[in-house]
Amino acid sequence: MTGHIARIRMTRDVTVTAAFVSLIVLLVAVAALTSDTFLTQTNLTNLLKQMVTTGLLAFGMLVVILTGGIDLSVGSVVAFSGILTAGLVSGLPIPVAMAVGVLSGVGFGLINGVLVARFGLAAFVVTLASLTTIRGLAFVYSEVPIAPEDPAFFTLGSAMAGPIPVSTLIMLAVFVVGGVFLTRTPAGRSIVAIGGNAETVRLAGINVPRHVTLAYTISGACAGLAGVILASRVGIAQPSVGVAFELDAIAACVIGGASLAGGRGSARATFGGVLVLVLINNLLNLYGVQSFWQQVLKGLIIIAVILVQRTNRVRG
Amino acid sequence: MSLELRGVRQSYGDVEVLHGVDLTGRPGEVLAVVGANGAGKSTLIRVLAGAQRMTSGELRIDGERVDLRSPHDAHARGIRTVYQELSIVGGLSVTENLLMGAFPRRRGGLIDWPEAHRRAQELLDSAGFGAIDPRVLAGRLSVARQQMVEIAKALAGEVRVLVLDEPSAVLAGSDLDALFALIRRLRERGVLVVYVSHRLAEVMELADSIVVIKDGLIIAATEPARTSETELIGLMAGRRLEQIYPARRETTAETRLAVSRLSRKGEFEDVSFELRAGEIVGLFGLVGSGRSELARCVFGAEPATGGSGAYRSPAEAIAAGLALVTEDRKRSGLVLGMTVLDNIALATMRANRRGPLIDTAGRKRRVGEMIDRLGIQPGGCATMPVAALSGGNQQKAVLAKWLLAGPRVLILDEPTRGVDMATRVDIYRMVDDLARRGLAVLLISSDLTEVLGATDRVLVMREGRLAGDLRSEATTEDEVLAYAIGQAA
Repeated sequence: MTGHIARIRMTRDVTVTAAFVSLIVLLVAVAALTSDTFLTQTNLTNLLKQMVTTGLLAFGMLVVILTGGIDLSVGSVVAFSGILTAGLVSGLPIPVAMAVGVLSGVGFGLINGVLVARFGLAAFVVTLASLTTIRGLAFVYSEVPIAPEDPAFFTLGSAMAGPIPVSTLIMLAVFVVGGVFLTRTPAGRSIVAIGGNAETVRLAGINVPRHVTLAYTISGACAGLAGVILASRVGIAQPSVGVAFELDAIAACVIGGASLAGGRGSARATFGGVLVLVLINNLLNLYGVQSFWQQVLKGLIIIAVILVQRTNRVRG
Repeated sequence: MSLELRGVRQSYGDVEVLHGVDLTGRPGEVLAVVGANGAGKSTLIRVLAGAQRMTSGELRIDGERVDLRSPHDAHARGIRTVYQELSIVGGLSVTENLLMGAFPRRRGGLIDWPEAHRRAQELLDSAGFGAIDPRVLAGRLSVARQQMVEIAKALAGEVRVLVLDEPSAVLAGSDLDALFALIRRLRERGVLVVYVSHRLAEVMELADSIVVIKDGLIIAATEPARTSETELIGLMAGRRLEQIYPARRETTAETRLAVSRLSRKGEFEDVSFELRAGEIVGLFGLVGSGRSELARCVFGAEPATGGSGAYRSPAEAIAAGLALVTEDRKRSGLVLGMTVLDNIALATMRANRRGPLIDTAGRKRRVGEMIDRLGIQPGGCATMPVAALSGGNQQKAVLAKWLLAGPRVLILDEPTRGVDMATRVDIYRMVDDLARRGLAVLLISSDLTEVLGATDRVLVMREGRLAGDLRSEATTEDEVLAYAIGQAA
């Protein structure tokens, strides 16, 4: 009987993956057939660039969600790291300014992690508080947008490696390295296991608070990187950017089958979730759907995707 | 009412787990169902409870064929089931748990609380559990009391068949007596009680008739007067068990763990003992005596407030060669969402690396060897989710995790709770084998027979203090119990 369950589980995973891939293919096909602009170089490049922010945030979010937590502060971190970098460019070499921007994200993530893991506060509350705190800090740093004049500032966000934007490659690398981290390193397995059963992990001699802190730090680093890339791509850093970005990141994880209770989810499936989300966005834009309706449709589509997954799981 | 199952088959997907079960129960009878883990007892219970529609076969009540479509359907026909897993909602009062969904109302629709509590009290009284206050939060009650609430809940309305799945697993002493008294009263009232249990001594005492289920078939139907515990064990296991407990070992003088005057405020006080290599030491005590707390503290899971010998963290304890198989494998032994492989490798991930990465090939090999060595079924289950294993095999997986760490001291907290006799014998053999290889073993158990049979020495705890240190060969169950309840001379 148990062997049977394993078989079901495996075929179910295959079915879910197949369903996923066909959904993405379907979206692409619909887009290609119904819109003249979808397959144009400009649109595809745009699409690849737009994926970067959601992708980076989604991976960081996944790591936190795997521990059974949540990071609501990522949108604010995007704004802060972007505006900090743009502000520092005038006085520091660009790579250093960018590194400082990313490090600010690491720092915020570390603080979130310590508050959640060492002080045992609820992740939702901690990161909700840091969402508003960090957003405030971004405005304190500069109330007005900062647009650096040095063209080298735009390189990270706009450079191309052949047909593919460099920033997209960076995001892909994060997923590849991150996927290996989650499946093949002791720390990655520990993070997944903590979301499944923290007490078991603790009794196995693994330092749970340290790994939970690491998860939030990774999320902060991803958000910091996303902020720097976004500012570089747009060419201007705004303290108001990134509102509600955390929702897209969470949605991508959930579409990818991650459980908000922790312990279940993968980098690969989350990347699939990012693709679905970005394709839907792009499609709605191409159709010229009004932005408020876009929000409505996006919400409904997410619910539909999750329902389909749920029925698959139950049937399996 | 009489209940009859004929040719009941049950399949999940393309695997059949019940192969045509015939079973007859009469009113006023206590019908015991015994069988090893995975024999099909749970499925049988689910069929009776209406939680699972049988694939083929029929269920007759008083000779009339009935199709149970849902648990609600079974309930309406007077068939009540108390599962092993409690369904009590801890955040609600006992009254709310008992009357769930059927509250008396005042005019205007508000709940009539005085009346609700009165009805709840009535239910508890009639079940013989009148000592429970219906006004308290159910979560505040001990597990034993929660179990009693669960049983009282099943008795609301007109009950004709009561199915009890391992009801005594969490009960002891007077609580157990209350349960037995209740079952006897129900029998006199003409209720058919289907009693599923691993505890054969109870079955022999309570049952009017006994059926043995094995591999999805009823293989024997008998009565307590016509059989013996040994025969039942043999039937369940499908082989004759010559001896339940292995012969004793020679112990050496090498001390592996020395605990001195260890205390943890509110849990235990001033406990000193030593474990030597090759020795199996039992730790007995009633619920609340501080046994598990002591083990957790020694292992570094909770800080000590005084004394020496305890480790400061599980990591330190593991590094020193300790391993702790906890009492509740679902809460603290396994990560149920992960594979067997991930679970077994959990405590040894850091030690087995190639650069920053886990040595996946080596891990797979080591885990595979451990699966074979412990006979975890099904073989080659490494990539299966651990939740898909049966209870006994999950327990073995927890053990495998710790054996992989190469421990020098093994602490086992109730390793045989809810485990059938055949698997128990496997576990005793394994523990004996480990002791022969030089491990020091601390076996925490609330099973007196086991705590004497499987060990060399027994430590007895009472109210947080060590009350006795007895040689297993030279003592008796009565003596151990006397130390545990404080009546030793």
